[in-house]
Amino acid sequence: MIAFWRGASGQTRAAVIMLLALALGALLVPALASTDPLAIGDALALRLLPPFSVDAAHHFHLLGTDSFGRDLFVRAMLAGRLSLAVGIAGSALAGAVGIAIGAIGGWEGGVLDRLAMAIGDVLLAIPRLVILLVCAALWPPGATMVTTILVLTGWMGVARLVRGEVRGLRARPFVEGARAMGASPLRVLWRHVLPNALAPAIVAIALGVGSAVLLESGLSFLGLGIQPPQPSWGNMIADGRELIVLAPWIALAPGTALILTVLSCTLLGDALRARLAGDEFETMRARS
Amino acid sequence: MRSILRQLAVALALFWVVLSLTFFLVRAAPGDPVTFLAPPAASAPELARLRASLDLDAPLAVQYGRWARDVFKGKLGTSFVAHRSVTSVLGDAIPISLALGGISLLLTFLIGVAVGSVQGAHRGSRTDSALTVLTTTVYAAPSFWLALSLIALFTYGAARLGLPAWMRLPAFGVRDPAGDSGLADLVRHAILPVLTLTLVGAAGIARYARTAVVELLQLQWVRTAVAKGTPARSVHARHVLANALPTLLILFALALPGVLAGSVFVETVFGWPGVGRLMVSSIFARDYPVVVGATVVYAALVILANLAADLALPLVDPRRRT
Repeated sequence: MIAFWRGASGQTRAAVIMLLALALGALLVPALASTDPLAIGDALALRLLPPFSVDAAHHFHLLGTDSFGRDLFVRAMLAGRLSLAVGIAGSALAGAVGIAIGAIGGWEGGVLDRLAMAIGDVLLAIPRLVILLVCAALWPPGATMVTTILVLTGWMGVARLVRGEVRGLRARPFVEGARAMGASPLRVLWRHVLPNALAPAIVAIALGVGSAVLLESGLSFLGLGIQPPQPSWGNMIADGRELIVLAPWIALAPGTALILTVLSCTLLGDALRARLAGDEFETMRARS
Repeated sequence: MRSILRQLAVALALFWVVLSLTFFLVRAAPGDPVTFLAPPAASAPELARLRASLDLDAPLAVQYGRWARDVFKGKLGTSFVAHRSVTSVLGDAIPISLALGGISLLLTFLIGVAVGSVQGAHRGSRTDSALTVLTTTVYAAPSFWLALSLIALFTYGAARLGLPAWMRLPAFGVRDPAGDSGLADLVRHAILPVLTLTLVGAAGIARYARTAVVELLQLQWVRTAVAKGTPARSVHARHVLANALPTLLILFALALPGVLAGSVFVETVFGWPGVGRLMVSSIFARDYPVVVGATVVYAALVILANLAADLALPLVDPRRRT
């Protein structure tokens, strides 16, 4: 962790700081705020205040208020709790499933391996958003449902990467050595093969958080994900859709939080890839 | 020849599995479409009659058999809402989506590859860094948010900034209900949707293309060509671009699902009656046959694009001919 930070570029550090700030804000801001992000108070006096305005009760609204007079900054941070949780859980669980399927398939081979890969091919043939839409339409919407579908439609990429690595490692001398020492197959896979096969999976999971957050917000934008009054970045943008001309900040505030999150995940994933895969060009230039 | 037949067979099998999967998925879900379609006061016999008329009362295996037979005849059932065949409902929507998606895909590809190549060729320069920041940010932005931002910019913003009338673009629909319905009007309505789809797609493609060009420029024959004094332009055209063609083909197949997914949001936001908007409205109406039909269209497009890329690879890459 510390080594990663020391070797990181300014861009990567900015991404890490941004993600931490968003997570901290999501945890702390709604708890410490003087206004309730869900309650509708004096809507007529408070509604549609532009960013940086102070209302009659001397509450400062950093990002303005929405059409019900609710503070957008506090709402965006509260929405961040759910959006980040769904995104991180969706990608991490999908990664775990993918690693398990890829590792066992690559190690054992055989019918189960081919079946798993065939199922993966089928799922890859339908755009992920379309599967999400169909499932979101068929089952009652909510955070659990969205996370479940993210996991069911997100494991294939990681499974393929891990499977390829495991198959390549299976015949390597140190694996044969471990086996010759009498280690059980499970122990060889867990202690000797998996640690060497995880690098591409970790990159894919980091990048996957961004796309999971995007997919969740898309579903919520269409009204098929997180349901109001519980705010999520997607349904907050949907709230601002009708007022995009009169009060563009309603859609702008959650959109900015969303873009910063996905951007940070992408930058972090790229940095991890460069680090774990070894950017040959960079090392060449460093040597010369 | 044999490998082509095999690829065709695999693609067809894949398509059939996807079709069956959507069939079972829709029927496995809770919620009875009959309760949505019948008036609240309907009696039990009326509900049963409606269920029978929609072929929802038979055992699942029987339903699947009938459905499969119909699919072979090119029938995808009847829309619960429009009371027309799903194929005709889709037939109205597909040309709109194809036109919107096709133009956007073409522009996505041209702009994305051009931007990525410039970045790759000038790796590490100021232009490269600036373009990287731009593409990564646009790539991170959801298409529906970009669409709303563009609407705010070109309607309210354009009027506020006192821009000329032609820069104030229509934000909704395919054509002006009151004004003329000529080509110029259609193009004006198409600018914002196409721009949204192209921005999202091109940012992704540029990121891939940059990596591809960077990798190619490090290859030995490219470095040899540079070392022997070949002009840069010639190196890029003859040595890099020629070898990038297979990668570009794969990129094209990769770009398609992104544009398709984006079109769902773009059609919804801009009110274009394409497959994406049809799918979303059918989901809310529990119009299962249309949902299945739209899913099938999307899957068919992705499978076809992958198949086309697989078949075209040997044409542009002699090493892949067997």
